[in-house]
Amino acid sequence: MSHPVSDHEEAHGPHIVSPKIYLLVFLALLIGTTLTVVASYLELGPWNPIIALGIAVAKATLVVLFFMHIKYSSKLMKLTVVSGIFTFLALVGMSMSDYISRAWGSF
Amino acid sequence: MSTILSLPDQSTARIPKRNYLTNENGILSWLLTGDHKRIAILYLISITFFFFIGGALAGLIRLELLTPQSDLMATDTYNKVFSMHGIIMVFLFLVPSVPATLGNFLIPIMVGAKDLAFPKINLLSWYLYLAGGGLTLWAMITGGVDTGWTFTTPLSTHYVNTNVVTTGLAIFIAGFSSIFTGLNFIVTIHRMRAPGMTWFKMPLFVWSHYAASILMVLGTPVLAITLVLVVLERTIGIGIFDPAKGGDPILFQHLFWFYSHPAVYIMILPGMGVISEVISTFARKRVFGYSAVAFSSVAIAVFGFFVWEHHMFIMGVSNYSTLVFSLLTMLVAVPSAIKIFNWAFTLYKGSITFETPMLYAFGFMGLFTIGGLTGVFLGSSGTDIHLTETYFIVAHFHFVMVGGMLMAFLSGIHFWWPKMTGRMYPEKVSQLAAVITFIGFNFTFFPQFLLGMLGMPRRYAAYPPEFQVLNVFSTAGASILGVGYLLPMIYLVWSLKYGKIAGDNPWQATGLEWQIQSPPLTQNFIEIPVVTQDAYDYEWLERQKEHEVTQLG
Amino acid sequence: MDSHAIALNHAEEPHHDHPAHLRHHFVSLEQQNETVSFGMWLFLLTEVMFFGGMFTAYLIYRNWYYPAFVAGSHTLSIVLGTVNTGVLITSSFTMAMGVWCAETKRQKGLIVSLVLTLILGFAFLGIKAVEYQEKFELHHVPGAHFDAMSFVHPKAEAGQPAEPGLPLDMARKTEVYFSLYFAMTGMHALHMIIGMALLSFMIVKAARGGYSHGNIAFVENFGLYWHFVDIVWIFLFPLLYLISRHQ
Repeated sequence: MSHPVSDHEEAHGPHIVSPKIYLLVFLALLIGTTLTVVASYLELGPWNPIIALGIAVAKATLVVLFFMHIKYSSKLMKLTVVSGIFTFLALVGMSMSDYISRAWGSF
Repeated sequence: MSTILSLPDQSTARIPKRNYLTNENGILSWLLTGDHKRIAILYLISITFFFFIGGALAGLIRLELLTPQSDLMATDTYNKVFSMHGIIMVFLFLVPSVPATLGNFLIPIMVGAKDLAFPKINLLSWYLYLAGGGLTLWAMITGGVDTGWTFTTPLSTHYVNTNVVTTGLAIFIAGFSSIFTGLNFIVTIHRMRAPGMTWFKMPLFVWSHYAASILMVLGTPVLAITLVLVVLERTIGIGIFDPAKGGDPILFQHLFWFYSHPAVYIMILPGMGVISEVISTFARKRVFGYSAVAFSSVAIAVFGFFVWEHHMFIMGVSNYSTLVFSLLTMLVAVPSAIKIFNWAFTLYKGSITFETPMLYAFGFMGLFTIGGLTGVFLGSSGTDIHLTETYFIVAHFHFVMVGGMLMAFLSGIHFWWPKMTGRMYPEKVSQLAAVITFIGFNFTFFPQFLLGMLGMPRRYAAYPPEFQVLNVFSTAGASILGVGYLLPMIYLVWSLKYGKIAGDNPWQATGLEWQIQSPPLTQNFIEIPVVTQDAYDYEWLERQKEHEVTQLG
Repeated sequence: MDSHAIALNHAEEPHHDHPAHLRHHFVSLEQQNETVSFGMWLFLLTEVMFFGGMFTAYLIYRNWYYPAFVAGSHTLSIVLGTVNTGVLITSSFTMAMGVWCAETKRQKGLIVSLVLTLILGFAFLGIKAVEYQEKFELHHVPGAHFDAMSFVHPKAEAGQPAEPGLPLDMARKTEVYFSLYFAMTGMHALHMIIGMALLSFMIVKAARGGYSHGNIAFVENFGLYWHFVDIVWIFLFPLLYLISRHQ
């Protein structure tokens, strides 16, 4: 959606997201918050942190896609977001490669 | 020596009355400017100032190491001197050197834009740089800092009583200056290109700055938060890196080197961009394997984020992780080698002339190759254990940073000096300076490889007497090197008034920046150009000239 | 990507038909707006990496000192934390509505949305201050006055049995948890404060009719910033407040 020769009404560049979508996302975020609190009180073993992070990722994705308009943005913007996530994972992942394997072989 | 200086427009050339230097007058027109070219000049003056201070400190270090005893200064003073040398040279000279001066000046012109995307942020970045630099100087005057440029914890958080907090904040601020420069470049390169200027028509200078900018934007914030945590640990005593409280000092190393290894590429990539331009111009050939060189810049940037642990092999990190990082480190050698080979192939059958920028570029190629290859020794975890924390490492990174980056910086400054000022530097004396620099450099740093192999540790004011001969060599070389750096400072200033008038395109180079007047107009182009030619298309340049002649005739 | 030309070649006089807020080095408003929002996104990437350093530290220490993290987490008020999450999400929603009002030129709606966002921001920081206050009183703030003894011999809270105590060396590691807690929430709060200063600026400008002529790039990009701050909290909340609440 970078610059199609204004196919809708006026020469209005960005896509305008309707308040209805905002409201739906808002409700979804509230539900997600409730779910994550409830889930933390259930004994799920290793699934507890996975579910907590999964819900957080889902919520963050909703915010990025709709509140921050990435769903309606150009490929460049999408690539920008992805490159940020990629570098963040490189930082976490490559650091963890040291921490998880420090004790290996020393037993 | 054949030269391309004797061109028809040279004798009749005049400095155009209207250019970015004469557009407005008064000190405020400089301090509040949004013009990327003026900001580049401001940066050039300020980084030269810090280079001078850093260089003076280097001189002190070499003087102290002339004798085995610590006699010139006390050992703790020596610690402060080499720490300040490192901090000033890395954060206040090398990181901003090419991007903030040449990059600022040239990138908008090279992509055919009137300015960078965010002129105010560009100016802000200069003020942040000044604030960071000023704070660093303040820290130096009021007692200095002696942690080394790496702020290693727990030394920096617990055991020293020097100005770690001030310096940490100074580097935090200077870091944001670098972030804003990088951000501006990325946005400009993506969004401000002239019509027809596709990605693969851009000069390689722009590509390498693009890659370096990615590293600046994504790496620097990690350094920022790390320094914030160090400062918080020193001031209010949070325990993230404090082993007494359960923190892990090695985590500091991970976070610090997550930035500071890519920072090495932030420093060298723009220099590689300069070399691509210079080699092509003075060999009068298109850069061999243009797209390979372009992609190798991006590859260096991406790999750059995956190798940082090779700075930490002896710090007690996991052996398995060492293995992975050691392997990945070897991979970075590939794109760097691609560049060197492609430059060499560019020279093959080129019509080479040996003007000063080319001499510096040759210096770069030789010294950077040695620096890079010794990096392979250090990236292999086995030899690294023997060589790390010795003078081998000092020699290695000085070959890359000084022999590589500083040579590229000087090459670029000479190359674009006619464009920036409208006047030529004096050719003969500058060739002499380039040769002196090369000789002095090798005298200074080659003996340090030997010292390192013999086991002389870095960061000590005193050393066993058997190392003295090589150290005297090194100090003698440093004095030659000092002359090599002072000469350009003198004759470049001299040339501002007395240099020959350069004309628009003294090198007959193909970049967009050479097709406009020198010095350029404030808005760069009278009319935004439509780009149809490839980068480094010398035939296109010939046709342009013929076209001009027929039009005038 | 965007290999097609971005700038258009202006044949006419550059000052012809030139909106007041189009800066001289851009060819069109569309180019300017896209450029500015791309710049904002890149800035947000630096923010991701800025917080990324702390998230890395969190992950490592949580694995090392899990019992201390559980004990530390349980001293945080789940009610206040959940309410605050709701407050921040609501403020994100009002901000999104503010952007919509700006885009559709609803002047009044814009001001109302921005004021609501600001109020919710104050509410968030107020609740945060109450939580910080409690930590000061309990000597759970890392530094010279930190005291881990309450984790060795936990006191029974009203209506709940005492949690089992931790061995002394593990209890001491709660200082790492609280270091991260204060560093992360503190940096987050700092971002909120900066955001609220910008919000106040925008409210004043909007009240003077500042965003009624189509130049709403500032509102839109501030919205991105505010949502980013929200996202940080979306992760902080489960990571800091909700560690094994079932124990």
